[in-house]
Amino acid sequence: MTTLPATPAATRTDRPDEPDRRLPALGGFAPAVLRIELRRVLRNRRTLAFTLIMPGFFFLIFGLPQGGQTLDNGRPVTAYVMISLAVYAAMVATTSAGGAVATERALGWSRQLRLTPLRPTAYVATKLITAMALGLLAVVVEFLVGAAAGVRVPAYVWLLAGLAAWLGSLVFAAFGLFVGYLVPAENVMQFIGPILAVLAMFGGLFVPLEVLPDVLQQVAKFTPVYGVGELSRAPLTGAGVSMAAVANVAFWALVFGVGAARLFRRDTARV
Amino acid sequence: MTSTHPAVELDGLTKTFGAVTAVDGLSLRVQPGEVVAFLGPNGAGKTTTIDMLLGLARPDAGTVRLLGGTPDDAVARGRVAAVLQTGGLLKDLTVGETVQMTGHFYRHTRPTAEVLERAGIADIADRVVGRCSGGQQQRLRFALALLPDPDLMVLDEPTTGMDVEGRRDFWQALRRDARAGRTVIFATHYLDEADAYADRIVLVRQGRVVADGTTAEIKNLAAGRTVRATLPGADQAALAALPGVDAVEVRGDSVLVRTGDSDAIARHLLTRTTARDVEITSRNLEDAFLALTTEHTGA
Repeated sequence: MTTLPATPAATRTDRPDEPDRRLPALGGFAPAVLRIELRRVLRNRRTLAFTLIMPGFFFLIFGLPQGGQTLDNGRPVTAYVMISLAVYAAMVATTSAGGAVATERALGWSRQLRLTPLRPTAYVATKLITAMALGLLAVVVEFLVGAAAGVRVPAYVWLLAGLAAWLGSLVFAAFGLFVGYLVPAENVMQFIGPILAVLAMFGGLFVPLEVLPDVLQQVAKFTPVYGVGELSRAPLTGAGVSMAAVANVAFWALVFGVGAARLFRRDTARV
Repeated sequence: MTSTHPAVELDGLTKTFGAVTAVDGLSLRVQPGEVVAFLGPNGAGKTTTIDMLLGLARPDAGTVRLLGGTPDDAVARGRVAAVLQTGGLLKDLTVGETVQMTGHFYRHTRPTAEVLERAGIADIADRVVGRCSGGQQQRLRFALALLPDPDLMVLDEPTTGMDVEGRRDFWQALRRDARAGRTVIFATHYLDEADAYADRIVLVRQGRVVADGTTAEIKNLAAGRTVRATLPGADQAALAALPGVDAVEVRGDSVLVRTGDSDAIARHLLTRTTARDVEITSRNLEDAFLALTTEHTGA
């Protein structure tokens, strides 16, 4: 027979509503916050206009008139245009969502967050996932516009091209974060937008690279959109995945990822 | 409130920005349950001290302990919350969404509806933050600070920019909320706020604590009058022993007696000593504040 020691009288029963003072799970990362973040980006008319409406509109005015024309392998040119514009839509979407940290830093929200248990890495993870969700939506909307307008390709092309466009836009989520931590400005997209358009041009998203002068074609291979564009169109053109394209994506993902991480660490360091 | 640790322990805090010493060896201890006003003019180092207290800034020297732990730990566990001047809000969220979102960062919070109610903004929960007045945004910051039901609440000039009515409403909300045992520290440069809402006033000037006492004690610094006279070789102890004398200060040939009964002291000085040039001046809280918080020249 054992005797239990007397339990201390001063348990917490005197304050039954004593708050739970444990640390939050996952550094404060919460799916419910993602929902609010998504609602925010979908409420932003400017974001919607540039990521969902404009690329779809571009397809209707630049893609549709080429209906009936085919690529070398017999696939429709409209699909080529559609996939290119899906890449463009996704990169604008992820850049603007990542770049939102600039706004939040300018407004002082990131300082407010430092007074909560939210860990900076959980904050960045939320921004990244929000960016990728918006990027996925951008790809899906562009594909829906294409499908509704009569683009027909095998299922695996839809799937692989869509996945490549979407996953490739991770490079631009990192780019958005990089710029977001570089400049605290309330409307960072005002000056990133034109930069993205130029990069998209060099990535062959608006016109095929083959129509550019040879020098520009060579330069284009080293710009950040080139790899994503090539990889996304590969399932359609059947041209295969070139090492140059893969290396391009890996290089720029690394550059922007490391850049964003360094600036992020500088931002969260104490003064 | 089972902890026996002080709510706040600041020890020798120092912070310089270039050639400017913002906080200069500041030490302070606050016990659980105290409501403390951190009172001083602009530039006294209040905000810098609060930044270090909360772990937002790193001290050049000295240590900070909150509730027996580090500021980071107290923040992560929701034991300390703050309403800062510079903390921003997202303009595109509604008031309610801001509270909901912030609530998800904690392990445990009070219900959203409750903190909105307590902060007096339940009626504007659906309003977009960008359309809220400065006072409403400040009360939203207060609602966010209420979320974790903190043991320690820190407010940095919470009513700056509010009109008189807004200030009154804000303090009423804070007072309504002051649950037994919560420690509150607020920085202010309004004397009346310190007087009306604090149990204890800590006066700071040039990054140092220049006076620290209960509200009554600080007011006593200011109450009554000062009798000044020229009296070489004054017997400080004898003067201090006179009835009604609060303090005696000897500066060279001058003696300053702080007292509630200036007539009796003046009579004593003129009839029982060789004092001459007797002056009687009255002091009020404003004078005490100014005297304690502005730089002495000479002397």
